[in-house]
Amino acid sequence: MGEVYKVGMADMAVCSGDDAVTTLGLGSCIGIAIRDPGTGVGGLVHIMLPDSKEIRNNTNRPKFADTGIEDLVDAIVKKGGNRNRLVAKIAGGAQMFSFGSGNEAMRVGDRNAAASRKKLSELKIPLLSEDTGENYGRTVIFYPKTGDYVIRAIGKPEKTI
Amino acid sequence: MKNLNMDELTNQYYDVLKELGNIGAGNATTALAQMIGCKVDMSVPKVQLLDFNKLGELVGGEDELMVGIYLQVEGDIEGSMMFIQKKVSAAHLVNKLMCGMLGVTEDEITSHEFGEMECSAIKEVGNIITGAYLNALSSLTGLKIYPSVPQLGIDMAGALLSVPAVEFGLYADKILLVQTQFSDAVELDGYFILIPDMESYEKILTALGVM
Repeated sequence: MGEVYKVGMADMAVCSGDDAVTTLGLGSCIGIAIRDPGTGVGGLVHIMLPDSKEIRNNTNRPKFADTGIEDLVDAIVKKGGNRNRLVAKIAGGAQMFSFGSGNEAMRVGDRNAAASRKKLSELKIPLLSEDTGENYGRTVIFYPKTGDYVIRAIGKPEKTI
Repeated sequence: MKNLNMDELTNQYYDVLKELGNIGAGNATTALAQMIGCKVDMSVPKVQLLDFNKLGELVGGEDELMVGIYLQVEGDIEGSMMFIQKKVSAAHLVNKLMCGMLGVTEDEITSHEFGEMECSAIKEVGNIITGAYLNALSSLTGLKIYPSVPQLGIDMAGALLSVPAVEFGLYADKILLVQTQFSDAVELDGYFILIPDMESYEKILTALGVM
């Protein structure tokens, strides 16, 4: 068993070999897992908001779907991953509280998921599978070697996407 | 945000915010104690400027099962407020309110699944005590504060706390919050967390004459 690196909110980590990356309690945030199946190098970024361009104060790059994914890709390539082989999986984007659907800020989970898909497709990184939406939090563990993305939620069976 | 820079917050501001937390949570704790007819203690409030990745650790652990009451604050100040406690603590609280209907033994109470009535009870508790907190803030500052209808979430701490964090994330890279812990001798253990947005901090401090 390798080490498991913890990724906090607006944070990211890259690893390889038997190591894994995890993030606990994803709510409306998204955990974007990207890896190169050839070398087994991969990583996870925990984004909070869809778009760095909508916000004035946007120096924290892993906070946003667009800049967070760019940085994760760079970090994987730097660690020896092949840019052209990268594949992705995403999880999270829940709506934790239901304040009527009219409230834009409350739908941030959906918008995060949409922005993540859009950025991945712009970068031509195939999105293999996803577990997004609903109204519950998720704890995720990503194993870049196998590509297993394990998702745990309270009161639900563990699943691997 | 004109004058207030979070990195330049002085101890004086922290003290003022701490005192606000003290008064707000004091009222809320009193309301809670009256409701359940028990003595409830509270800690000295902590005012913290935290990185987002430290937020989950604030209340024990990101994947800890917790019950959160979340509401948005509008009026002269804007932001959000959360009343959050471990599921076990919430079960005890509901049990006290419902005169022991959940069970007698520790195991009966803590393993009890929350149904509609339990959720409704916990929401009402949240409503009353966050109301007490915000009322105290409002009378102290003279600012108008209107809370929204509270929403209930039972999930991992990180997932619940990410909701106010995302809102604050629109303005800043760190989150400034006023946190007070309450507890009774054995069973209750939870937090009030007040997260005004940046402009509201300025308004609060101005209303109190410290800016």
